[in-house]
Amino acid sequence: MNKTIRIGNGQGFWGDSIDAPVELLRGGEIDYIGLDYLAEVTLSIMMRQRLKDPRLGYASDFPAFVRRVLPELKERNVRIITNAGGLNPRGCREKIFEIARELGVSGVRVGVVEGDDVFARLPSLVEAGHKMANMDTGEPISTVTDRLTSANAYLGARPVAQALDQGALIVLCGRVTDTALALGPLVHEFGWAEDDWDRLAAGTIAGHILECGAQCTGGNFSRFWEVPDLWNVGYPIAEASADGTFVITKHPNTGGMVTTETVAEQLVYEMGNPEEYVTPDVVADFTSVRLEQQGKDRVRVSGITGRPRTPFLKLSASYLAGWKSSGQITLSGPRAIEKAKLAAEVVWKRLERAGVTFPNDDRSTEMLGLAACLPGILTAPEDPAEVVLRLGVRDADRTKVERFGQEIAPLITAGPPGVTGFAGGRPKPQEVVAYWPALVAREEIENRIQVDVEEA
Amino acid sequence: MKVLLRDIAHARSGDKGDASNVGLIAASAALYEVIRREVTPERVKAHFAQVCRGPVDRYDVPNLNALNFILHDALGGGGTESLKTDAQGKTHAQGMLMMEIEVPDDLVPPARA
Repeated sequence: MNKTIRIGNGQGFWGDSIDAPVELLRGGEIDYIGLDYLAEVTLSIMMRQRLKDPRLGYASDFPAFVRRVLPELKERNVRIITNAGGLNPRGCREKIFEIARELGVSGVRVGVVEGDDVFARLPSLVEAGHKMANMDTGEPISTVTDRLTSANAYLGARPVAQALDQGALIVLCGRVTDTALALGPLVHEFGWAEDDWDRLAAGTIAGHILECGAQCTGGNFSRFWEVPDLWNVGYPIAEASADGTFVITKHPNTGGMVTTETVAEQLVYEMGNPEEYVTPDVVADFTSVRLEQQGKDRVRVSGITGRPRTPFLKLSASYLAGWKSSGQITLSGPRAIEKAKLAAEVVWKRLERAGVTFPNDDRSTEMLGLAACLPGILTAPEDPAEVVLRLGVRDADRTKVERFGQEIAPLITAGPPGVTGFAGGRPKPQEVVAYWPALVAREEIENRIQVDVEEA
Repeated sequence: MKVLLRDIAHARSGDKGDASNVGLIAASAALYEVIRREVTPERVKAHFAQVCRGPVDRYDVPNLNALNFILHDALGGGGTESLKTDAQGKTHAQGMLMMEIEVPDDLVPPARA
């Protein structure tokens, strides 16, 4: 009766704290830990890694975490759900099995979820009439097919639950919704039906609250001065019940705080239409959420409703979109602003003399320290002690972008006085990998999802 | 009296392509009615005039005492394409809290009154 399960999130994004999942595991009772390693264009980076070495193409931070904790995971049966599999969940599993052998841990069951990667199938999907128009611009994907570097559909919670049903201690996915990392275990534990829209919405919203790690426990909180021991912030845990209610909390003896305010801020994070939070599993309604403080660092969440899922899944593709570069120097006062303006003028005019020009939208001049992020809103100081001048360009032509990078360093001797902080060498052109969000017919993807659990 | 939103609300922002979203949460139900009246999409557009080049949409989330604003064309292309330092609108919530609005005297928090 009244069984609750404890699901945590120990990794909000690729680059989050490598110690957070270890602290979450060791800091107290926990049943499941979700770990998110994929940003929007991470998969295209993994595509390149896999081209160099077919064994790679997954998030290497994850096996490093497994090496630190595997015996403990196995002993306590704390189960891990992650998208660290990237483009190569099987390769990631091989690495984990290798680690298990090295550590002498046996009986480790690892599941892989496949079917999200549609890169190879894309031409045939386009040919079959699937437009996969860019959700922001409306352009059909055929305008960039020759420049695509990855294409993955977001899968939902069902395959995650299936892998758990088959006894996986670790579930390795590629592209799967962040919310599925929490909803998957809930569907597995409570057997929620595929059309139990309210409960699926509840699990989805639990996943949304958890998905950015410490962002619901005091990280990025408006009144940061009220947050205790942020250095030791506890990552979030949802204590969930079969009826779809849950309590957001964190381990004892950790920093940060869980209040209706810290949770509400995370609820509105990256929100679109609050009544229509669309996932592969359900359309969740954020206007139904009720928050109550239930004691220190405990927020009860209830009342959640949902509506039937849509006939589409979201496709996340990436494509090459030219080159960009940016470089910066520091200008010390007195008269720092005047010096920064002069330095910028010198760079742009010398480039112009060399025949290298950029439209206004493709070049930027920012003076950091003078309200560059919020111009017209924050007040810039009239005579600051120093200014950081940051210049950037983008263009389809790599040589133009490279030429720009050669024009920053000369400021040291051929610019105004007081120029410093130029240590990184010439800024190099970076290839821009842009994001292509689209919709794709659900049945094209779901019929081909594969869940495979193996033990070593 | 005139009050900065930071004294009666809190906020968080993030990105959605080339748009940013700013969720603004009032400190109480009474203050929510005030910000619902005062913080219109037009005022937000004017406040972010040098940041947001597109329209501003607003959604009401009364159960959280919150308003959700979408600032279109506000990130210089967004994501990996943008040349801006704040390519993801992470600072926009902080900017929103610097908006000044008229609040009935009896609702102004004691620290400010």
